[in-house]
Amino acid sequence: MNMIVCVKQVPDPEVPPAKFRIDAKTKQVMPPEGIPPVINPFDERALELALRLKDAYGGKITVLTMGSAKSESVVKRGISMGADDGFVLSDPSFQDSDSFGTAHILAAAIQKIGNYDLILCGRQASDWDEGVVGSIIAENLSLPFIALALAIEAADKALKVKRVTTDGYQVFSVPVPAMVTVCWDVGRPRLPSGSGVIMAARKKIPVWSAADIGVDAGQVGKGAARKEAAELSRREWARKCEIIQAETPDEAGTKLAEKLREVGAF
Amino acid sequence: MSEKILIFGEVAEGKVATVTKEILTAGRELANQMGEPLSVLLIGENIEGAAKDAVSLGGDNVYVVNGPPIAKAHPDLYLAIVAEACKQLTPSIILFSHTDMGREIAPRLAARLKASVTMDCIKLSIEPNSGALLLSKPVYGGNAIAVWTSKPGTAQIATVRPRSAAPAESDPSRQGKIAPLTVSVDPSCVKGEVLETVVEEVQGIRLEDAKVVVAGGGGIGGVEGFTLLEGLAALLGGTVGVTRVPCDEGWKPLSMEIGQTGRIVSPNLYIAVGVSGAPQHMTGCSSSKLLVAINRDPDANIFREADLGVVGDYKKVLPSLIERCKSLKM
Ligand SMILES: Cc1cc2nc3c(=O)[nH]c(=O)nc-3n(C[C@H](O)[C@H](O)[C@H](O)COP(=O)(O)OP(=O)(O)OC[C@H]3O[C@@H](n4cnc5c(N)ncnc54)[C@H](O)[C@@H]3O)c2cc1C
Ligand SMILES: Nc1ncnc2c1ncn2[C@@H]1O[C@H](COP(=O)(O)O)[C@@H](O)[C@H]1O
Repeated sequence: MNMIVCVKQVPDPEVPPAKFRIDAKTKQVMPPEGIPPVINPFDERALELALRLKDAYGGKITVLTMGSAKSESVVKRGISMGADDGFVLSDPSFQDSDSFGTAHILAAAIQKIGNYDLILCGRQASDWDEGVVGSIIAENLSLPFIALALAIEAADKALKVKRVTTDGYQVFSVPVPAMVTVCWDVGRPRLPSGSGVIMAARKKIPVWSAADIGVDAGQVGKGAARKEAAELSRREWARKCEIIQAETPDEAGTKLAEKLREVGAF
Repeated sequence: MSEKILIFGEVAEGKVATVTKEILTAGRELANQMGEPLSVLLIGENIEGAAKDAVSLGGDNVYVVNGPPIAKAHPDLYLAIVAEACKQLTPSIILFSHTDMGREIAPRLAARLKASVTMDCIKLSIEPNSGALLLSKPVYGGNAIAVWTSKPGTAQIATVRPRSAAPAESDPSRQGKIAPLTVSVDPSCVKGEVLETVVEEVQGIRLEDAKVVVAGGGGIGGVEGFTLLEGLAALLGGTVGVTRVPCDEGWKPLSMEIGQTGRIVSPNLYIAVGVSGAPQHMTGCSSSKLLVAINRDPDANIFREADLGVVGDYKKVLPSLIERCKSLKM
């Protein structure tokens, strides 16, 4: 099974809240000092699911990222986990693309790579938390689409995809090639293997520009974006915490109960 | 026909779903501010009753499409129906609930209609000067809120987070138009098929419906510790939820997780025990009415998020809390 996995480089989402900074003027999040960007954790799960499919059925995994030349590290992360190949898509015209621009760029690269059975995306990118690029790629390439996959089985020119829903799950049969997004519940992704790390270090990752994949600058970047941020602000800590004062934890528990009663919480 | 604001309504067991009542509240406010009618699209079988309800709940024009009920439909089919309805109705604002169906078809619809799309909005408003629609949503795992605005002339699609608005109240005296809408979709738009749909039974109270949630985090330290939390929840008529750590550790199932990748809850009382207060967790519970934190680390972020706090080991705090609650309840 030939697979393409789209992965994004994002600021580390587990940065302590106190280190999270915004430049309200430019409406940008400032990269936290000393904490390097990471592979989008949701995409790591998409990679994990791809690797399980490769373990079961064989085939090839190509990792694709759109970003800066520095985004190479997330492609290498994929290769160190067991992917075979990867490309970085980078061009000044790509900067500030919205979801539609990003999907347009990724779809163009996917077409150039060709010969795929399955494209996988993460549930969402942990920076802007939209969760739309995968489905837009599916629309652009007229591919069947299934969201939030938990497990995939191959079944004769089709895939059986189990996907999570709010209150349970559904199983779909879907023809290939298909686009599938992957849910969080897939579980912890595998760690890079020793040989994988060596492979990734040696591997030269090609960088494709707009011209390489035939993307017209008018379709991408800030100019083509359908929306923009009018405001970006920290989530406010609207509450003021009253700490229950007590000599012992035992007493604190009792006082908390009384306080809760007083405010009518029970 | 040209509609300004169109709501994608969901029908459950012949009735307007609660999530749809919530976007009827949000949509009604927008419609009033803009001086435009509010339209609702309903898809299903024998849903005349739901259509009447949609009028009582604030819809001005309710369009009814005959189709399979949402629980049984393939998303491809619903997408095709909605896209076709939008071609006829040409709305410039389309609102979905951020449900399984909403989150799946909203972005695909945006791609088809060349509209913008914003997912998981918690507030919709109109910029007074420009009249532009402003869509607020949590970003960066709940660390920040972004307000999005679209290029003039772009149709806008949004999904709205459940429980971010109060459900609309029914006013049976409200008047509105109910009209059938005939859309023809090519059945070949459905690629593949649904083989199985399973709704897992929830034992006890659903987290989303609970008035009281006692949440345990990594600080609980193991399965055994949860007995105390379960006792407290039962006493207060609530249920237990968890952060990611107890799921990762295998103490509790993912179905109990609260937060960005889990459930979004908004109870009257949320008691966070051994929870650090990471944004990805808080985004799922920060609209709780009263938030209480029990944590042994006085510098834990949760104390910036809570109304009431106890600094201490939960193993020592919870027993006396439970005892005193019991005696006060008598
Ligand atoms: C993309 C992404 C999505 C995520 N989605 C979610 C999500 O949906 N939900 C979620 O919860 N997390 C989510 N997370 C994880 C989140 O970032 C945090 O790592 C997680 O919430 C931490 O859980 P915790 O506070 O329970 O555990 P810890 O960070 O381990 O904190 C434990 C707390 O318990 C306290 N403690 C320890 N022992 C005791 C004791 N005996 N008595 C009292 N207090 C004690 C400690 O002081 C500490 O504050 C996500 C992360 C990422 C990157
Ligand atoms: N710049 C990018 N490069 C590669 N993949 C991306 C990029 N942006 C988004 N994706 C993919 O699309 C998914 C959804 O992203 P989003 O819609 O931005 O939340 C991510 O989980 C990735 O799989």
